Amino acid sequence: MSKKVKLMQGNEACVEGAIAAGMTFYAGYPITPSTEIAEISAEKLPRIGGRFIQMEDEIAGIAAAIGGSLTGAKTMTATSGPGFSLKQENIGYAAIAEIPVVIVDVQRGGPSTGQPTSPAQGDMMQAKWGTHGDHPVIALCPSSVKETYDLTIRAFNLAEKYRMPVLLMMDEVIGHMREKIELPEASEIEIINRKRPTCPADEYLPFKPEADLVPPMADFGAGYRYHVTGLIHDETGFPSNSTDVADKLIRRLVDKIEINKKDIITWEEENTEDADIIIFAYGCVARAAKTAIKILREKGVKVGLFRPITVWPFPEERMIELAKSAKAIVAPEMNLGQMVLEVERLCSKYTKIEKLNKVNGEIIYPEEIVAKIEEVL
Amino acid sequence: MEKKSIKGSEVDHGKLIINTEWCKGCGICTAFCPTKAIELKGEKVTVADIEKCTQCGLCELRCPDFAIYVGRKKNEQKG
Amino acid sequence: MPSQLVEKYFRADHLPQIWCPGCGHGIITRSITVAIEQLGLDPDKVCVVSGIGCSSRAPGYLDFNTLHTTHGRALAFATGIKLANPELKVIVIMGDGDSTAIGGNHFIHACRRNIDITTIIFNNNIYGMTGGQYSPTTPKFDKGTTAPYGNIDKAFDICDLASAAGATYVGRATSYHANMVTTLVKNGIMNEGFSLIEAISGCPTYYGRKNKKGGPVEMMQWQKDHAVNITAAAKMTPEQMEGKFLIGEFKNKPEPEYTKEYQRIIDSIKGSDV
Repeated sequence: MSKKVKLMQGNEACVEGAIAAGMTFYAGYPITPSTEIAEISAEKLPRIGGRFIQMEDEIAGIAAAIGGSLTGAKTMTATSGPGFSLKQENIGYAAIAEIPVVIVDVQRGGPSTGQPTSPAQGDMMQAKWGTHGDHPVIALCPSSVKETYDLTIRAFNLAEKYRMPVLLMMDEVIGHMREKIELPEASEIEIINRKRPTCPADEYLPFKPEADLVPPMADFGAGYRYHVTGLIHDETGFPSNSTDVADKLIRRLVDKIEINKKDIITWEEENTEDADIIIFAYGCVARAAKTAIKILREKGVKVGLFRPITVWPFPEERMIELAKSAKAIVAPEMNLGQMVLEVERLCSKYTKIEKLNKVNGEIIYPEEIVAKIEEVL
Repeated sequence: MEKKSIKGSEVDHGKLIINTEWCKGCGICTAFCPTKAIELKGEKVTVADIEKCTQCGLCELRCPDFAIYVGRKKNEQKG
Repeated sequence: MPSQLVEKYFRADHLPQIWCPGCGHGIITRSITVAIEQLGLDPDKVCVVSGIGCSSRAPGYLDFNTLHTTHGRALAFATGIKLANPELKVIVIMGDGDSTAIGGNHFIHACRRNIDITTIIFNNNIYGMTGGQYSPTTPKFDKGTTAPYGNIDKAFDICDLASAAGATYVGRATSYHANMVTTLVKNGIMNEGFSLIEAISGCPTYYGRKNKKGGPVEMMQWQKDHAVNITAAAKMTPEQMEGKFLIGEFKNKPEPEYTKEYQRIIDSIKGSDV
């Protein structure tokens, strides 16, 4: 059987990936440059017996997606900067209540209304720190249409596996670009579903973790009748004033990611084996970086790319390893330096770190990266 | 998971059952009891005169704490 | 042993409830369970969703699928539950500030959609949990901690708001009129559409004390003395109605329900080329 080859927009690939992953419910609100994700979901979901709703605002969008997930459905919502800001409270809710949901942020120029139709990477730190309190974060960052498809599936799998909200950090370029994509057969796609309890209802503890620190999650309506709250709660799900319970819960939620880092973290490297200079880039900027590497290698410059695919948790170990043998790391970003703060935190004692920042709404060109590296050399 | 047992704080007066642990002494049941069969004593509801109780159920209806309710009625079958 | 009703529908090992002595919320919560009992609903299929506030602690005490969400957002979460699985019976419990202040947008749109959710707003005219600030239903001139010189806002009429926004079943009762709460909630659940029951509750600790309304008994007596059933009000003069408020069933006008309308789309299109 031949694979399906299509010319597809990034936002459309996101929906295709979501449906391939088993999404049956979408709730959201229109916002440039993510709106196509809502529109295509509205069009495709009823055809497969799924459901779509455009809610009255961004906050309602994520709230409904979380509500839908509690019934056992795989759910998604998509937005951009202003909506991402509005959603933060409920992202934290999904984190503490351990409810799987995929949230897509197709980044645009900020702050505030900013530049609605121009790309940026200004929400990367917000992805980690946007919601108040200490909370677990998984954020993935695709840099092609095909990768958007693949990472959307991965986002759903991680959300289900770790019982939490997972962020897909796209940007306007990735969202709106069109590229060739080969869609895999359904049998080739790995799908992960949340663990559901098998014990009798009166023995079920909805927030008692198993060895992987993830508790099994029952569907509302399946007979388990449990309580879910955003208050600090114990294993039964009921609110608790105990300092011990609070400490245990918050640490477990964060450790859920910590102890499973090896399973979660992925990155891409290109030409790093002999590189003197490492370009640290993600999302659409990584595409420009790859072209810059071609140009520089032809000039004899030993340059390579380190591209985090999970931006959170950050691929610390490999980043440090590369820093130890590099003369410099150059970090082009379409913001005033966000992920580079992680690079600096981890690597400044090993190597020089140079920033290349652009916030005018334009993508960073390969020539700009080349010029920066030549400056550094 | 073992369910916490309700502590032995229920008093069965036959016509009425009162949970003195749950009662917060708000006085609503006694104020609206049509026959004054119940009264507040030491910030808890208690029976004043059980003979006056007609098991009308108004105390049970308006107790915010589910602390007072009508016991088995005379002509009710058990179970 | 607690009463049969409490034994069957409450998580009795989490009682006694945290509400203040004489707070009307326990009465209204119990009245809701009586409605559920009378309808014979399957507890496994009942979802009770709340926001944040005193009334929003109610679901924790009830033995159903219970969801305590973020301030003002209960209806949005509940919409997701109901649409994702229309077989579930969704009941929402909110406070006056929760539903008409921060939750105002979700409130009017849930009414507008006529989605099959039965909502009970425990209206005690105050923000109780946070210590007595005024709310959109605090009467003009009354005091709250953030209206120390008297509230200059006009209060919402929650039932008018719900009705105008499109709710198809609307009614009001009080904690004194507990049987009426049950009747309205029962009818609301039976209505296939968005049902709104406003349940006036007394907050003796904050609203009552701040505004010299007396204790629990006086506040309940006030409900009894000032509530007029809408059927009786029709025959009363404006003078007789002075200072009174209406209770009863205000609207019962079924219309196409949201999840059913969406199902028609699925039925007409399912299986065609994606």
